[in-house]
Amino acid sequence: MPVRRPLEFYKVSLAGVDASELNGKLIVLEGPDAVGRSTQVTRLREWLERLGHAVLDTGMARSALAGKGIQRAKEGHTLGALTLTLFYTTDFADRLENEIIPALRAGFVVLTDRYIFSIIARAIARGEDPRWIDQVCGFGLVPHAVFYLRAEVPDLISRVVWGRGAFDYWESGMDVRIGGDMHESFVKYQTRLIRALDRMARDYGFITIDASRPSEAVFKDLQRRILRLLKPRSQSGARREAPASA
Amino acid sequence: MRPALLPNRSRGKLIVVEGIDGSGKSTQLSLLSHWLRSQGLAVAFSEWNSSPLVRQTTRRGKKKEMFTPTTFSLIHATDFADRMERYILPLLKAGAIVCADRYAYTAFARDVVRGVDREWVRNLYSFAVRPNLRFYFRVPLDVALGRILGGRDALKYYEAGMDLSLSRNLEESFRLFQGRIIEEYEAMVGEMGFHVIDATRSIEEQQQEMREIVKAELGAALQSDSLLRLPAGETLAGSQTSGIL
Repeated sequence: MPVRRPLEFYKVSLAGVDASELNGKLIVLEGPDAVGRSTQVTRLREWLERLGHAVLDTGMARSALAGKGIQRAKEGHTLGALTLTLFYTTDFADRLENEIIPALRAGFVVLTDRYIFSIIARAIARGEDPRWIDQVCGFGLVPHAVFYLRAEVPDLISRVVWGRGAFDYWESGMDVRIGGDMHESFVKYQTRLIRALDRMARDYGFITIDASRPSEAVFKDLQRRILRLLKPRSQSGARREAPASA
Repeated sequence: MRPALLPNRSRGKLIVVEGIDGSGKSTQLSLLSHWLRSQGLAVAFSEWNSSPLVRQTTRRGKKKEMFTPTTFSLIHATDFADRMERYILPLLKAGAIVCADRYAYTAFARDVVRGVDREWVRNLYSFAVRPNLRFYFRVPLDVALGRILGGRDALKYYEAGMDLSLSRNLEESFRLFQGRIIEEYEAMVGEMGFHVIDATRSIEEQQQEMREIVKAELGAALQSDSLLRLPAGETLAGSQTSGIL
């Protein structure tokens, strides 16, 4: 695997985008559904802003272009795997070009709730060709850090039951029809996601965080690592590199 | 190695037409569909940009000029994926003839002119089934422009490639943009196996040529039992109108 430097494109440049003047820090939080990413992003954002950093937080299916379209399409439950995958990819591209890159140019800290890795994992869980989706998402920017909030399915289930009280159709992968009911489907689907993310953790050099611990412990862990990331450059002036990939 | 399209392993046949706007391809495809239907065959039609799940997003994006070359490419691929998954593929499997107005080649030509990476867009569409027949309507730019300007009110922003800042004049931009698209199409003729139709000839002559080619390439299938046939006088629901099936 080639060594990737933060704020370069993974595989292919975005048409018409010069990534050479990007300045800020790109921090990604990844992980399965219900693992607590959004909670952490909110807390991290407040903390970083208190420290004086300008922060952008962005998440899946929130783009100005495609966010509403995705929501509407999902309501009907007729969305095919390929279409869902490409809709998410469109959404990501829109956020990357219109929110993330301008923020990085302005020196922001960008906290993203999910990244290309969730898109890839969801596609794989639906039986799409991993090499295909990997190539499609190749226009992503290399982050400074990818924190993989890892938990096993039993932990996720308790969070869903205690936290939300119900299983969500799409989070249970019901469209993939791998289980008789929402619970069985959730277990099988999230297991596939976790497996795909575990593999990417190796290939893309994620920093794996044990998210089975209480949210406070996870938060402190993230704080510590992000502080290290945001420290000014070392004496030698060497550019800080992303965690070395395999 | 360029990713090729997937081989068509279904009973049905896929026929596509390509060419710039104003090339007359849609008219020819419509005539061809009617001719095939008149032989009792089940013929379905799919048009570019017509997925009901996606087209609102596309429309809004175009109206508000929200697209970049990459998102423009991706939203059209999303639309295409929906039509492929839910309409084209199942109908091919059922043994229907599917006629598509524009196909992956439109993206290959147009998105590349917008600056999107060539290999990337080829890979993007690698889930598409390879058509049994690919017709490319070759038309001089001025003829196409004349037909378009004669037909409706104004050229649209993205259609004229205004996002590429080729010219501040709509017509000039259209000329330059579509000219480059023609270059891409022409470069693909051999590689993709297009049947080139001279779009300056009469409608009847073009249609005759298309039918000869269809008979030559698909004749055996058309005679056999492998294709889905409809009772006399019947058509597939919704297949008279353009757009989704």
